[in-house]
Amino acid sequence: MNPANRNSESDSLKFSIRDLSAFYREEQSLKKIALDIHPDQILGIIGPAGSGKTTFLRTLNRMNDLVPDFRMEGRILFNGEDIYQPRTDVVRLRQKIGMVFALPVALPLSIYENVVYGPRIIGTRKKDSLDDIVERSLKAAFLWEEVKDRLNTSAVRLSGGQQQRLGLTRVLALEPEVILLDEPCSGLDPISTAKIEEALTVLKSRYTIVLVTNNTKQAARIADNTAFFLMGELIEFGSTNRIFTSPDDERTNDYVTGRFG
Amino acid sequence: MRLHPRITQAGAVALLGASTLLTLIILFFIIFFVLEKGIPVVGWRFLAGNPVDMGKSGGIFPTVVASLILPVMAILVALPLGVGTAVYLTEYTRETRLTRIIRFGTDCLAGIPSIIFGLFGFIFFVTMLRMGWSLLSGALTLAFMILPTIIRTSEEAIKAVPHSYREVSFSLGATRWRTVVKVVLPNALPGILTGVMLGVGRSIGETAAVIFTAGSSLRLPASVFDSARTMSVHFYILAREGISTENAYGTAAVLILSVLLINSIAYWLMNRFMARNA
Repeated sequence: MNPANRNSESDSLKFSIRDLSAFYREEQSLKKIALDIHPDQILGIIGPAGSGKTTFLRTLNRMNDLVPDFRMEGRILFNGEDIYQPRTDVVRLRQKIGMVFALPVALPLSIYENVVYGPRIIGTRKKDSLDDIVERSLKAAFLWEEVKDRLNTSAVRLSGGQQQRLGLTRVLALEPEVILLDEPCSGLDPISTAKIEEALTVLKSRYTIVLVTNNTKQAARIADNTAFFLMGELIEFGSTNRIFTSPDDERTNDYVTGRFG
Repeated sequence: MRLHPRITQAGAVALLGASTLLTLIILFFIIFFVLEKGIPVVGWRFLAGNPVDMGKSGGIFPTVVASLILPVMAILVALPLGVGTAVYLTEYTRETRLTRIIRFGTDCLAGIPSIIFGLFGFIFFVTMLRMGWSLLSGALTLAFMILPTIIRTSEEAIKAVPHSYREVSFSLGATRWRTVVKVVLPNALPGILTGVMLGVGRSIGETAAVIFTAGSSLRLPASVFDSARTMSVHFYILAREGISTENAYGTAAVLILSVLLINSIAYWLMNRFMARNA
């Protein structure tokens, strides 16, 4: 799949971002970002710390609304609709665009209650449907086998890697369209990382995935397209293969070859 | 001159250990002193009997009842108000001049001597609102007295709930209210209970604020509009007017034992709650 061919077909785009600038107090953290995100593939976002990757990710499901003194300009179209227009239902939006955070977080509830936290908000009440959701989502996040016998025990006792897959499970339980991941493996060991990557490569057939990562090799392994951010600017965007083998910009080349960052 | 690290270390351990020991000794001395003088009087008849001759003989049953009812009523009023205020201050407003003024106000309220609360309760509830000397006037006065403590401890407990829990909740589409009810408050509960415990402890031992508002009737209260005498007021009157020193100490012993009992139960509940969630 060549992303360049699909840029013109704006109907099939999941996200279309234009002129996106973001400010925290007086400091500008994103500068005029323009980027298209295609459905059913993994977009990897790489760049050094402080390059605006996370800020960018959090504008996509309006999580930055919760940050005091945050301000943004520009437009973000999700399925062709501006998500920052006043009549956007932020609750519905966040259910369609799920998010997994950098630090694994298990809500201090049982494993079962962690998974059904989102579905209960939409109003799913029936025990059967909830049971189904729990099993299906845990399986999709490659966690079912490890926890199926102790669903009613506290999720806080799970390992970091398991908690991170639980985070993914919580998102999958809502059957979202998009999954945003903010450095999901930054605190995990290689085996846990491999499990998450395995899950993501399977999931991309049904979900649009945006993966912010501080590990360039991870983007090279599993992303279809890759965007390189540096100091709030989008330096380069293209197929992962091209970004890692023959980037146009020298700074991209320096970063992916490990000369800085 | 520089001392050897091992000497400073030993000095620190000795100093800190001594302060801890001194605190414990004073605590045990007070408890021992009161119990030694009071326990001989305490028995089933003392606890369940009615006072005779203004408390010169007989039991203290009505005062035990009043001492149990007043704090419970006060908590029932102060807890929703206090937790509500704390949630508002921490979750629904940003840190502004206004929240700082509110916080300063509650801190000042916490420092007001209880007899002033008693005077206020007498003028406002007893006289102006015509509630008379009653359990209701007493409970409302106590509620306002312990409100700052409950607000402050609840606020600290809510702030201690990791921000990441809120983020996860919001990212799954929860509203602020749902996040507060499902994630923030359950996790802040042990801290909030600490505030409740402090409040109960303060109100069960309170004398000045209660004597002006709940009065000192020795009859068993039949409704919240009746006047009643708490154990601490009873102790004060027995000792102050030289009615019966033995019964005064007996009352004090029961009072101390009830506070210990309440604290133990609260700790037990808190540990059980935390064990379930961790």
